[in-house]
Amino acid sequence: MSTHPDTGRGADPRRRGIAGWFDPRGRRLGGWAFALNRLSGLGVLLYLYLHLVILSTLASGAGAWNDFVALASSPVVLAFDVVLLAGLLLHGLNGLRVTLMGFGLVTGHRNAMIVALVLIAALVALGGAARIFGMV
Amino acid sequence: MTTTVDPAVRAAGAATRVLRVTRTPRGAGGDGGGGDLARQHGRRGRSDGFEVPAGSARTTVLDALTWARTHLDPTLDVRHACYHASCGTCGVRTDGRAVLACVTRLADLPEGDITVEPLRNQALISDLVVDIEALYEGFDAVGMPLVRESRTVPGSRPAPGVEGLTRFEDCIECGLCVSVCPIEASDAAYEGPAVLAAAWRVVEEPRHADPERAFALVDGDQGAWRCHLATECTEVCPSGALPAEGIMHLRRGLLRHRFRVAFARLRVGANGAGEPGGTP
Repeated sequence: MSTHPDTGRGADPRRRGIAGWFDPRGRRLGGWAFALNRLSGLGVLLYLYLHLVILSTLASGAGAWNDFVALASSPVVLAFDVVLLAGLLLHGLNGLRVTLMGFGLVTGHRNAMIVALVLIAALVALGGAARIFGMV
Repeated sequence: MTTTVDPAVRAAGAATRVLRVTRTPRGAGGDGGGGDLARQHGRRGRSDGFEVPAGSARTTVLDALTWARTHLDPTLDVRHACYHASCGTCGVRTDGRAVLACVTRLADLPEGDITVEPLRNQALISDLVVDIEALYEGFDAVGMPLVRESRTVPGSRPAPGVEGLTRFEDCIECGLCVSVCPIEASDAAYEGPAVLAAAWRVVEEPRHADPERAFALVDGDQGAWRCHLATECTEVCPSGALPAEGIMHLRRGLLRHRFRVAFARLRVGANGAGEPGGTP
């Protein structure tokens, strides 16, 4: 229903806007999954732009690229890689959950799916971290 | 922040709890009026404390609120009617959670002061009373009948001498689902979980209502496709109406409906090529 032109009903200033996505009070598991999907989506989008900026250093010559590669090998940047991996996993698996439920499938197991996707993402991200830091 | 106390209760040494109630005078809410009052009191309202008796384990938030209104502050606005989770009028947020005040016991809430706030995402009339007219406009738009064809709850037996039961829709129109929906928080134009679930009930069980009308209403950017499956609506629903599941069923129904319409048009094209105005 859209905002009523005479009464303004629907345009309630008490709506918190985007802050309402992340208010932790009274939030249940599905709400956390929703917030996580938004955050990871924004993070992945930010990474996409960052990735394009980084690739553009190739246009500045081999020296600039080698400098970036040296920076990318530092532990701090590698830690960011692990965060990126976790974000991609969470967003992708959460998207799969939303798709399944969007088709009306497994709606009775909505919370179990969230727990499962977080566990899978954590396990794969830990494995990825071990690999990225050369432990395996 | 002040706390209003009844000296008699204090003197009796009875067990008490303190309700911290968000107060907003009439005209200062989000109802489109009272701009000066809104500036004076702020959008969030002020918080008043009320010390209320809590000796019985059965005392509910609504008992405590009506007691505070009767004994401490008659200007405290609270809406209620049935006291048993049927009318859906006493929805509030206690400690941030949307609940029906009439079936939420003080003893079940965490120790310490209890915050009591109005529901979110609905225009505020005053104190704990929100404007439900927009919600009812949505219900009217989809045209959901209130009495179900399936008259009995599965497994239930009418009492001896009772020939039949009238079973109403599960939704009690309390608006808790609207309050907890994160999409409602950021998009006033979203039709919302209660109305979408009602539209699904029309499609599922038309009862002489028009499913086509319901489909037309919800098949848009602000309709069934706007839901992002936080499923908070289903979790909070006090009557088992399952709004999130209803929205998902509605989506599947919409897809089937679109395919049916598309195939009907194809058939028309095949049967009467070049003859606009042909009937399916």
